[in-house]
Amino acid sequence: MFVKDLRVEWRNRETLALMCVFGLLVVFLFNFTLETGREEALRGLPALLWVDFAFVGILGFNRSFAAERENACLEGLMLAPVDPGLLYLGKMLSNLVFLGVAEGIVVFAASLWYNFSFLPAFRSFFWIAFLGTVGYVAVGTVFGAIAANTRMREVMLPVLQFPVAVPVLIGGIEATGGALRGDAPSSYAWAVRLLVAFDVAFIVLSYLLFEYVLEE
Amino acid sequence: MPKLSPTLHLAICTAWTVAALYMIFLYAPTELTMGEVQRIFYIHVSTAITALLAYILVFLCSIVFLWRRSPAADELAHAAAEVGFVFCSCVLVTGPLWAKSVWGIWWTWDARLTSTFVLWLLFIAYLMLRSYLLDPARAAVLAAVVGIAGGVDALFDYMAIRWFRTQHPQPVILGGPNAGLDPRMGWTLLLTWGAFVCLFLYLLRLRVALARSRREAVAVRREELTP
Repeated sequence: MFVKDLRVEWRNRETLALMCVFGLLVVFLFNFTLETGREEALRGLPALLWVDFAFVGILGFNRSFAAERENACLEGLMLAPVDPGLLYLGKMLSNLVFLGVAEGIVVFAASLWYNFSFLPAFRSFFWIAFLGTVGYVAVGTVFGAIAANTRMREVMLPVLQFPVAVPVLIGGIEATGGALRGDAPSSYAWAVRLLVAFDVAFIVLSYLLFEYVLEE
Repeated sequence: MPKLSPTLHLAICTAWTVAALYMIFLYAPTELTMGEVQRIFYIHVSTAITALLAYILVFLCSIVFLWRRSPAADELAHAAAEVGFVFCSCVLVTGPLWAKSVWGIWWTWDARLTSTFVLWLLFIAYLMLRSYLLDPARAAVLAAVVGIAGGVDALFDYMAIRWFRTQHPQPVILGGPNAGLDPRMGWTLLLTWGAFVCLFLYLLRLRVALARSRREAVAVRREELTP
């Protein structure tokens, strides 16, 4: 499943291109509200990045299952003798890779356009972004599959996703802010713990519930 | 469960509400610093606890539905979400009315306000999902998944917001029934809450009865159509 998604994406590069362009546009639009100076950037950047990741993720999750719906591929997948939980993990991994690539480009652009270097805290920033993205994708993959069933899927997904993603955004923004400011890790450890707990809880929950989402 | 006729239930609700209003406005003493506006507290807190109970009901019914596949559990979850949404909206309306005169602002992103707001959004997400799904059987299953995910999420929200705000204390006073509440105030709160629970159960049973007769009507029509 994971390999298949990557291969399809490599062939047409549609979703990824859309996600990256949209991510860059959000960064670009925010430059009208943010001053470019280190202090200013520190205040606004963590929130900007996470809101951007959240928007970009929504685009990706919407496409992820819409593509399967179009040619009734989902029915084919369900006939395959695999545990639905594994289908979920495959979808989740491919969404994670797409969102990860898009985030990389967004971060690069933000660092360039806001004259802000992520390098001093890059290692902790990377892990925080990774943990937050895993949690966001864990929820988004299930909700993407649910929203694909509805009449207005593009509208439905954010309505489901954003309230549930609030802990990820709080944890992500707080931890990122702490890491980029160079605070002592113990001062934002609670946010990292929150992200880890959220990741574990929602991966397990989604793995168990995905079977119900797929059934017809 | 003993059968209580809807009319009798409504009568009890009405009497109880009148008693609660009497308690709120005539029996409970006026609060010293906040004055008359403090009386909204009885309604605010009662609806808040009831809304929270409604979401817990949605969460539990969703689990029971996925496990047992009983349509009754699904109908109860749907009804609880609808009525819970109304109660949660009441909380979000009465809160700012009180806050404006006591804190001087309508809204602040304090721990309790934020978590109530997220609860309200969860109710909206649940109800919107149901209204956008055409097939009722699919709607029941998918809504149950969302109900469970939302319930787990509510716990995380609660923790997240708590830690988040203890890191950055806000200069607001949390009005809560702490030590020092006048016993008359305590009784008023308890009685008002009882009235709201009674009303909640009344609305809930109406919604459930409606859903059940709708399901039966669909079944009857299906029988007529199949020769």
